[in-house]
Amino acid sequence: MRGFNLNLWLGGFLTVLVIAGALFAPLIASFDPVFDANLMNSELPPDATFWFGTDAQGRDVFSRVLYGAQVSLTVGIVSQIINSVIGLSLGISAAYWGGWWDDLVNGLTNVMLAIPSLIFALAIMAILGPGLPSLLIALGLTNWSWTCRIARSSTLSLKAQNYVQAAQTLGYSDTRIMATQLLPNMVGPILVISTLGIGSAVLAEAALSFLGLGISPPFPSWGNMLTDARELIVIAPWAAVFPGLAIFVTVLGFNLLGDGLRDMLDPHMRTRSE
Amino acid sequence: MLRFTIRRLFQVIPTIIAVAMLIFIIFSVIPGSFASSLMSDGKTASDPEMIARLNEQFGLDKPVYERFGTYLVGLAKLDLGTSFRTREPVTKVINDRIWASLKLAIAAMVLAVVIGVPLGFIAALKPGSLLDSITMIGAVSGLSLPQFWLGLLLMYLFALILGWLPSFGYGGGDFKYLILPAITLGVTPLALLARTTRAGVLEIMNEDFIRTAQSKGMSNSRMIRWHLTRNVMVLVVTTIGLQFGSMMGQAVVIEKLFAWPGIGSLLVDSVSIRDIPVVQGTILVIVLWFLLINTFVDIIYAAIDPRIKQT
Repeated sequence: MRGFNLNLWLGGFLTVLVIAGALFAPLIASFDPVFDANLMNSELPPDATFWFGTDAQGRDVFSRVLYGAQVSLTVGIVSQIINSVIGLSLGISAAYWGGWWDDLVNGLTNVMLAIPSLIFALAIMAILGPGLPSLLIALGLTNWSWTCRIARSSTLSLKAQNYVQAAQTLGYSDTRIMATQLLPNMVGPILVISTLGIGSAVLAEAALSFLGLGISPPFPSWGNMLTDARELIVIAPWAAVFPGLAIFVTVLGFNLLGDGLRDMLDPHMRTRSE
Repeated sequence: MLRFTIRRLFQVIPTIIAVAMLIFIIFSVIPGSFASSLMSDGKTASDPEMIARLNEQFGLDKPVYERFGTYLVGLAKLDLGTSFRTREPVTKVINDRIWASLKLAIAAMVLAVVIGVPLGFIAALKPGSLLDSITMIGAVSGLSLPQFWLGLLLMYLFALILGWLPSFGYGGGDFKYLILPAITLGVTPLALLARTTRAGVLEIMNEDFIRTAQSKGMSNSRMIRWHLTRNVMVLVVTTIGLQFGSMMGQAVVIEKLFAWPGIGSLLVDSVSIRDIPVVQGTILVIVLWFLLINTFVDIIYAAIDPRIKQT
């Protein structure tokens, strides 16, 4: 099977599946995730009506998992975009301008690398309080250090290239050189690290919501569904199995896609997943 | 060697101060204070005079820079302040909890190393085999699992259904209580170690010195022992270091899930009641742990591979 990039295709398939589930949730779900609570139906096992069973309030777990995908993907993708913008601007400008700015960015990156991003996000969530905007800020500000490192090292090697020096001679402004000469030449590795970053943001969102610091009930997030399910795991294990499975499939999709992209873009790049 | 060790240890200090400053700034802009969250428990109406008195008692009425100065001076004397809640020194609060965290981290790491490294090694020696495929699928799955979900399922199966193990708690240090949290925490580093070891072995198999060893007729087992293992170890030790260093941070959710009395659950509990000195202290200890482990790994390298020291 040489030449066939299984990671890329399987990862792409899972990712598209989850994105479609989130986008078309209102069409696919037969119940409202919040308001269709009915205590008569509470803790029913999976059947033809309730594919994933029901939770303690009699809400359809399948519908809640679908709507939960909206939260997870929004948090994952938007926070990763924020991280990429921060990492790229800092990394490229630090290497391009050098001097005290480079020292400052380097120092900041080292500090960020030393604080585990989940701990940092937890601290920010504690200050901002639960909710979607806080999650985007907390996860968007805490996971840019690897992007920054890659952008910086790519810029350092690109800076010496003839076409960058030609652009300087032609009198292009610094920002124009960074945006049109440097940025396009590091798209590959940045794309790989961003795809993997979405996966870890989805995991972090679930963990924070599980701790009660993310999305507040009743709106479903896979993390807060697991918090609720934990109480009744003996009576209704399905309420715990499916949201977790959804997180797993989503993160697996992005991880495989990231690995696949890496294999496609640079077959010789070392497998490092940190 | 000694000079290198001392230099690396001193490099930790500026990072720690920067982290302390960052954490301090973040928690100074916090809108609700401990005093107001004490009052807003629903039982007592919040009384501005009372809040002012509490703020004064905890020194919260002073300007931020003055408080940070006091904090840094305390830090130099290994004094992390006083817990708002228990009124005990933060160092004592952390000391009461950190041994449970260390125990969990070590157990999880031992599990990950003992299973992950040999698995990656065997997989790489027969690339494309069934065992290799299973290992790689297992590794990428292990890296995608939400750990607390795995913990929840393990708890359900082994504690609640089969009744073999206790579901949560510390059990006064009983080994049985350690098993489920350690497996849960160990899965991610295990997967990563299997993957890294495999990648490392495959890469080194392509190196010239391995081909030389093969062409001069060295036996396979001798080659693995003398050339392969030694070179892969550098990569494996890096991964072990990085994982072990970040373990205190990763354990937070798992400690909370299993009601494990470590610094992770201490952090979560302190965050929810805004016991800021304990939160700051815990985060600093987690960061210090990460930095010290990494420094230690660097020093081991320099001892193993003299080439590193020069760069």
